Amino acid sequence: MDIILEGIKQAFSLLVSLDPEVMGITWLSLKVSGTATLISLFIGIGIGTAVALTSFPGRQIVVSLINTGMALPPVVVGLFVTIFLWRNGPFGALEILYTPLAIIIAQAIIATPIVMGITLAAMQQLPRKLRLQILALGATRFQMVWLLIKEAKLSLMAAVMAGFGGVISEVGASIMVGGNIKGYTRVLTTATVMETSKGNFDVAIALGVILLLFAFAINLVLTRVQQRERPR
Amino acid sequence: MTANDPSTPILQGENIQVQRGGKRILDVSSLKIIPREVLSVIGPNGAGKTTLLQALSRLIRIGKGEICFQGKKVGADMTPLNYRRCLAMVFQEALLFDATVYANVASGLKIRGVNSSEIISIVNTRLEQFGIGHLRDRSAKTLSGGEAQRTSLARAFAIQPQLLFLDEPFAALDPPTRETLLEDLNRVLRTSGTTAIMATHDQVEALRLSDRIAVMNEGRITQIGRPEEVMNHPRDEFVASFVGVETIIEGRVIKCERATATIAINSNPTALMETGAAIPCLEAAGQVQPGEQVFCCIRPEHVTIFPGGRHDRSSARNAFPATINRIIPAGPFYKVHLNGGFPLVAYVTVQSIEDLNLRVGETVIASFKATAVHMIRRC
Repeated sequence: MDIILEGIKQAFSLLVSLDPEVMGITWLSLKVSGTATLISLFIGIGIGTAVALTSFPGRQIVVSLINTGMALPPVVVGLFVTIFLWRNGPFGALEILYTPLAIIIAQAIIATPIVMGITLAAMQQLPRKLRLQILALGATRFQMVWLLIKEAKLSLMAAVMAGFGGVISEVGASIMVGGNIKGYTRVLTTATVMETSKGNFDVAIALGVILLLFAFAINLVLTRVQQRERPR
Repeated sequence: MTANDPSTPILQGENIQVQRGGKRILDVSSLKIIPREVLSVIGPNGAGKTTLLQALSRLIRIGKGEICFQGKKVGADMTPLNYRRCLAMVFQEALLFDATVYANVASGLKIRGVNSSEIISIVNTRLEQFGIGHLRDRSAKTLSGGEAQRTSLARAFAIQPQLLFLDEPFAALDPPTRETLLEDLNRVLRTSGTTAIMATHDQVEALRLSDRIAVMNEGRITQIGRPEEVMNHPRDEFVASFVGVETIIEGRVIKCERATATIAINSNPTALMETGAAIPCLEAAGQVQPGEQVFCCIRPEHVTIFPGGRHDRSSARNAFPATINRIIPAGPFYKVHLNGGFPLVAYVTVQSIEDLNLRVGETVIASFKATAVHMIRRC
């Protein structure tokens, strides 16, 4: 119990004192996970919308694959990204393994199916005739898709939260493709794992609390936006 | 004919066919709509009304055929998008956006890139026209069914469509709401001179709003004409039964003199045994050939009942002794089912039922004029 209390105290002291190392780790975590989430939004909303609005042979298989992808284990993603970026791998020449970019790629791969799956469900929930109504209002195909995305904005906000929540808290892929290099690829989750393994529970708890605080703050902002949009 | 000629069709569809799952669900050989006309498309569920509207508005792909709008072939002389920007559509569900009433009514104009000062002026006019000015800033998701459908109609009229498609717009509304909205729509349609095509399964709606009525069955238009023409002179048995002709009797023309035919009814022998009557014959106004098989259609409002088996002289050419089989309440009147050697239905007011003391099992005289019988030649 003392360890936990000490950890929480330590967390606040690290935050209040603006400890440069902790600030650096936190900033990198936000930057990496934020960028990965943004990439996943572009790809996930795009493909999720396309699959929701079209019918083609094998669509059910594609939908099943997207849904399976929502539970993609981060360590498996980490493993394959490592293989692909390994010196002798297909993209080895890029020399980006153990860089923040590698973590962004891995996290984007984890978040994309989550965003895609939620987008797909959200778009499919819209009344089918709404598409015809929008076209009958004189919309081009692009305008129709944009209006449908706007119509599903509350559910898409949930996709943002789920995507960001999924990657800010994952550790397996980040440690495998980032290498937890101090001051370069060390993020909140990998730092927590390392401090725990060293027996520095107070620092580990401090980093955990910071991670929770950030996740909570970001979700609070998104939830407020989502609830403001909700019809009353 | 010129483009400005009011008799020039604003919309013309030729050989329109739509297939779904290998089955032809729409097959309309020809349909012309003239400017300022309101055409109602009536028919039972699954008749193809909605498919016809969606095909004519090019919201769905048509397998075959062509649509001409103001003399221009859609897809060749004008793009489907430019065509769709000349029309508006209101569905059974209001299908509003998750936004305010104002934003919803303005949506079609925004899509067209109309400038905001013009949008404000048009939207405010339409909001007032449909009595929803006070709901301007309300979220569309909080509206009642009637308010939502008013918003949907205001949105459709805001884009000043040259052609309006209405797909059962009142079907989901309660009767009082439907009544007031019907009146408002009729007023706006007439004052704006908008050409409209409305799908409905409600004949009253069709009669009140339309200049012409088209009856659909199994993807085809079986009859199209002025409302009184369709209602009083149904072309076939299906149209007759759908437009509310309760009595349809099959018979053979025995003779036809001075435009009045005598028709021997192909009666039900059991019914004849019950009444002990001979094969009944009825007279119908019209030109047919002896020996022809016909359907005789008699609307229930044209049948008069004389109680006590007595019938004084009148101009009605048909009078039959009949037994009352059933008396069923039907809103403001009763539906009286009679057996006079053939089944016959009459509408009788509540007042008349009480005054004449009509009872099941009673023998009465059922009478109707020869002009009330509409004959359909059997194919």
